[in-house]
Amino acid sequence: MDASNYLYVSALLFTIGAVGVVVRRNAIVVFMCIELMLNAANLSFVTFSRINGDLDGQVMAFFTMVVAACEVVVGLAIIVTIYRSRRSASVDDASLLKR
Amino acid sequence: MLQLALEVGQTAKPEAVMFWILGPLAVVASLAILLVKKAVHSAILMAFVMIILAVFYIAQDAAFLGIVQIVVYTGAVMMLFLFILMLVGVDSSDSLTETIRGLRPIAITAAIGFGGLMISLLGHATLGRQALGLSAANADGNVQALAQLLFSTYVWPFEVVSALLITAALGAMVLAHHQRTIIRPTQRQLSINRFRGESLGTAAGLPGPGVYARHNAVDVPALLPDGTPSAESVNATLSARGDMLDYKKFDLSEINTKVEEEK
Repeated sequence: MDASNYLYVSALLFTIGAVGVVVRRNAIVVFMCIELMLNAANLSFVTFSRINGDLDGQVMAFFTMVVAACEVVVGLAIIVTIYRSRRSASVDDASLLKR
Repeated sequence: MLQLALEVGQTAKPEAVMFWILGPLAVVASLAILLVKKAVHSAILMAFVMIILAVFYIAQDAAFLGIVQIVVYTGAVMMLFLFILMLVGVDSSDSLTETIRGLRPIAITAAIGFGGLMISLLGHATLGRQALGLSAANADGNVQALAQLLFSTYVWPFEVVSALLITAALGAMVLAHHQRTIIRPTQRQLSINRFRGESLGTAAGLPGPGVYARHNAVDVPALLPDGTPSAESVNATLSARGDMLDYKKFDLSEINTKVEEEK
């Protein structure tokens, strides 16, 4: 089996995640789709690390995981704060800048 | 030739079988994340996709990352998502109706364009060589080799990332901290409010949900003395979710009381 097949899966997952970010309205689901995109990027890193025969890609994937964890912590705290003031987790409702 | 056959039979084929089973499953599950209505179901599907990705990592000689993926993503991050889901609860944003007109066709067209571009790019790209594999790099073990890199070449990014983690933890604490803007009402104040309020109807507390001969769950409203159902007797979350049943179904006059004779 060709290792580049993993790259196709990665591209598909990334695209699906991007559609989810645009289409879904629940902020938590939007966040999960961002996680999906980050994971797809990680799969690419790991696959390229295997193709190139060195471990730099895996180190990059490791850093991506750490940054993703930070992003989730802060993002979910923001969602909770917005929910507290607006009683809604919809991304459409937080549109103060529009008005 | 014999060598090649052995190689195909022993290493490449199991991985191919694994890939062709789990790869489509991962894509289908991630599509389902977009299509299911409830956020909790999305979270479960997301955890499923992440476990599949962990299997992919382990299959590609990244054992450490595979374990970290399971521990950090499915263990910590997804559980955090579930906690927040429970905190926020169910609301109207779960619905799949389109609020911005024409958003969905545009998004799908753009996705097909982007995905097609990526895949055709990957199809046309020549990587210049066959996959080298990590057996040389992982000779001393994957964890040891990663640690060697992490604490020599990448030691500075590693330290910066640790600072980022601490900052994120602090930021989350600051954001989630909730300062009271009004003084918490005392028992005395609550009692006064209840009796001096607009009506004495709820002075003795809100009515409990209905108890009927055939149904005594919390999802049916109680009947007030004048025979009307009381919407206040059912939990607000249940009525928001549309899980409140109609009391008429359990009204005695509606129930078929005729006993059918057994033949």
